[in-house]
Amino acid sequence: MTTLLHLAIALPLAGCITLALLPAPTGRRLAPTVGLVTSALTLLVVLAVVVVFDRGDAGRVQLLADVEWAPTLGLSWRLGVDGLSLPFVVLTALLVFSCLLYTVRIKPPGGRLRAFVALVLLLEVGMIGTFLALDLVLFFLFFEVVLIPMWFVIAWWGEPKDQPGRVAAANTFILYTLLGSAIMLVGFLYVGSQAGTFDMLELARRGGDGLSANVQLLAAIAIVGGLAVKVPLWPLHTWLPDAHAKAPTVGSVLLAGVLLKMGSYGLVRIAVPVVPDGVRQIAPVLGGLAAVGIVYGALACFAQRDLKRLVAYSSVGHMGFVVLGVATMTPAGLNGSVFAGLAHGLITGLLFFLAGAVKDRHGTSEFDELGGGMYARLPRLGALVTFAAIASLGLPGLAGFWGELLAIVGAFRPSAVLDRPYFLVLLTVAVIGAVLTALYLLVTVRRVCQGEDSIGPRLPVLGDVTRHEIASWGPLIALTVLLGLWPGLVLTLVDPVMQGVGL
Amino acid sequence: MNWLAQTVDWLTVAPALAVAGTALAVLLADLWLPAKRAPGVLTGVSVAGVLIALVFVGLLWGDARATFCTGGGDAGFASCSYVVNQLTLAFQGIVLVGTLVVLLLANADTRAVETRLPAGETGFLVLASATGALVLAAGRDLATIIVALEVVSLPAFALVGLRRRDRRDAEAALTFFIVSVVSVAVMIYGVSLVYGATGALHLDRIAVALDDPAGRTSLAGAGVLLTLVGLAFKVGAVPFHFWVPDTYSGAPVVVATYLAVVSKAAGLVGLVLVVSHGFPGYAHVWGPAVGVLAVLTMTLGNVAALRQRTAIRLLAWSSVAHAGYLLVPLGVASAGTTGGQLGEAMSATVAYLAIYAALNLAAFGVVAVVSRHRPGATLEEYRGLVHTEPASAVVLGFSLLALAGLPPGVAGLWAKVVIIDSAVSGGAGWLALAVAVNTVIGLVYYLRWTVLMFSAAPDRKAVPTYDVPATSGIAIGLALAAGVVFSVLPQLAFGLAEANFGILG
Repeated sequence: MTTLLHLAIALPLAGCITLALLPAPTGRRLAPTVGLVTSALTLLVVLAVVVVFDRGDAGRVQLLADVEWAPTLGLSWRLGVDGLSLPFVVLTALLVFSCLLYTVRIKPPGGRLRAFVALVLLLEVGMIGTFLALDLVLFFLFFEVVLIPMWFVIAWWGEPKDQPGRVAAANTFILYTLLGSAIMLVGFLYVGSQAGTFDMLELARRGGDGLSANVQLLAAIAIVGGLAVKVPLWPLHTWLPDAHAKAPTVGSVLLAGVLLKMGSYGLVRIAVPVVPDGVRQIAPVLGGLAAVGIVYGALACFAQRDLKRLVAYSSVGHMGFVVLGVATMTPAGLNGSVFAGLAHGLITGLLFFLAGAVKDRHGTSEFDELGGGMYARLPRLGALVTFAAIASLGLPGLAGFWGELLAIVGAFRPSAVLDRPYFLVLLTVAVIGAVLTALYLLVTVRRVCQGEDSIGPRLPVLGDVTRHEIASWGPLIALTVLLGLWPGLVLTLVDPVMQGVGL
Repeated sequence: MNWLAQTVDWLTVAPALAVAGTALAVLLADLWLPAKRAPGVLTGVSVAGVLIALVFVGLLWGDARATFCTGGGDAGFASCSYVVNQLTLAFQGIVLVGTLVVLLLANADTRAVETRLPAGETGFLVLASATGALVLAAGRDLATIIVALEVVSLPAFALVGLRRRDRRDAEAALTFFIVSVVSVAVMIYGVSLVYGATGALHLDRIAVALDDPAGRTSLAGAGVLLTLVGLAFKVGAVPFHFWVPDTYSGAPVVVATYLAVVSKAAGLVGLVLVVSHGFPGYAHVWGPAVGVLAVLTMTLGNVAALRQRTAIRLLAWSSVAHAGYLLVPLGVASAGTTGGQLGEAMSATVAYLAIYAALNLAAFGVVAVVSRHRPGATLEEYRGLVHTEPASAVVLGFSLLALAGLPPGVAGLWAKVVIIDSAVSGGAGWLALAVAVNTVIGLVYYLRWTVLMFSAAPDRKAVPTYDVPATSGIAIGLALAAGVVFSVLPQLAFGLAEANFGILG
């Protein structure tokens, strides 16, 4: 059964290598097909993992693979799934499949489709590996795998009208996140040298025992600080808006949908269980920055004149809730953090798909040029934009609601070792931010979808949403509704893992 | 006194002897061979000699042997001048593989008219210099180490200036020569002070003398620091680095390859041996000093590399930066450092060196091939390389990204991990952070170059495709294979010199 996990990593890697080795004309012709088939097979493998996974025992790591790799360093090839990692692996496989299905018809600007598909598959290797890894150094390895492919995706297939801008955005992305991950590595190695093992399960089982308060504090600063760049936590978010805005649709979807989750997953999977006392010491700062980020994201959205940038800034706010949940160090908050992360992956992934669709049809995603009246011009697209925006603002009954609610519940009653009045202040700030979020999303819907259709006749192509697009986005829409109506589907998986975690 | 009649353990010295013998054979054979056939035959002989030496290293692998010993009995413990243990063998292995790749790469240069590398001299000088590096790795007294260091350096001066009638070569050789001679002079002065203070040349005896706090006079301290100067020069550490870019860019590319890999390895092993075996009592002095040097070296190397516009100068500055990383494990040492911790530090250094050597050999190898057809050697000439020479571009891209420490070149990531790990577990968090920040700076120029190669070509017709010479292909293939193997099986690098060096360490 462990083979399934290896397959989930090996299949996209094999697809990537196959594409690289195929002779140029064949490779060019077959690239979208190879990508689609590979990602579909990977998704099937991941679904098979879901089937064999014992949901009754979600707190235990299953399908564990453990092979000594470099004993001198203490590195092992250690993979496994539990209730925490499983949803993220499914999200990744699903989003990559959606992206490559989308790519079959809607090509990214800039040509070189073969390289594009190969790099997306390489991204998938890194993303799935990150969620499966149970060894700190192995986690770091997979964490780094995504950097180079994502650089190319942004710099080569990004905003076609702004070549220097997209290269600059890609550079900012890679340098920020590399610095973050290098500092995270320092933290990992520090924990490893103090605890004598890189085994995440063993370290989580000890829960910081044997690590002094000072060691835990230093380790937590390095690990959380490094991961916070990826999340991103305000004020480390400055790489994000440009990267999202300049990336091609598929790049934005994967960046928001999965790459940011690698950061928040690391917080929940590594930082809190492994150095709980260290995280406790910095939790007030973490929660404070998260709350500021929520309000900042909302306010910054008001200033945006571009749909993609707006969605990017809204991510800063949403990820603020994810971090706030972590900072409460309670099962409720951690559950909320995970759920909010997953929901953000689905909804923001969908929003970036829609923003890309808007941009493909209008040649721009700037509000001034878009004007209003999308309902009149492109009714189905307009309806989907409204749906995604409402899901994003956290309407009860859709996926965006539960995670942020749980994070707020966590902040209402934070871990006993934390200062409750302080967290109540944070809670208030976060709720204000949530209201502002609702406001700007509604304003956006009003501005883009309603009103007179001022530019319609000038558009050369006025096709509404195609069947192909619906097929690509369908799973995201369905899951947004499903998780909204039945949050237990994920929470029963995540909660058993979270019960033993924290202080 | 029967030391004049002492028996020599021939197997222990066999790797160095094999290479030295081959060097002489090449020099003599060059006199008799007809000019047309000379390059091929001489390369064959040289390569065979290195392979034989590698076989000897393989036979010795896992052993700990010593020869040229003195003392023992009433005079105290026996000290040996020539010790072969796992550390020695690991370095000798790296030196031999590096030499092998350089010889294979040089073959194409000795055949081509425009590069005018004389086959006999090239083979002889490379092998002679490599002999010094092999002896250096086994040397356990300061006299042996200095002589070996000179044996590494003297042929290298000639190699740098090897292209006749080339002004740049001559200038580079002169810079190299002057800086080298001065630094060796300083080192010899330091050694004489150490000798004066301790009365010993054998590293183990110096260590014993310095272990006694009464023996740690200011005289001895000055001697220790001055001795390090000469070794820091060989490694190319700041502030003894400035010869590196001029010399590398002035010399033939294969010679730059040799300097960046084999010669640097020799300097490093000398430094490692002297400080860990001879001066452990002064760890509180040289530890922080080496640590500061490491940070300065990596930072200056990386920042300077950012501004380079030619391939060789960029690689030269980046090799300065890597010298900084290489010094990190030693820079962790402090007063309380135990022998076991020093062993781990050396193990980390060897692992990094092995990976660095493989990646740099591959990168330099490709540059050597490409620069023959694009003589400007600017980075801009690499634009769109993937369209005309896909294999070269892929190998170079892999090596550069690995040198930056990023997948798909996982080997470089392991190297980064092992270096930061040695700093963190030694309690030098500031060194670890310095390395972390430097990897970010390093990525900028490695990525820029890689991206250039994979960009659209300005005009595809303008640049002809050509065949890579077979020997160069084999050389680059060997280096690339090592890089890939280290990526998949990092334990091979990490375990090259495990902390346990045996009693003779």
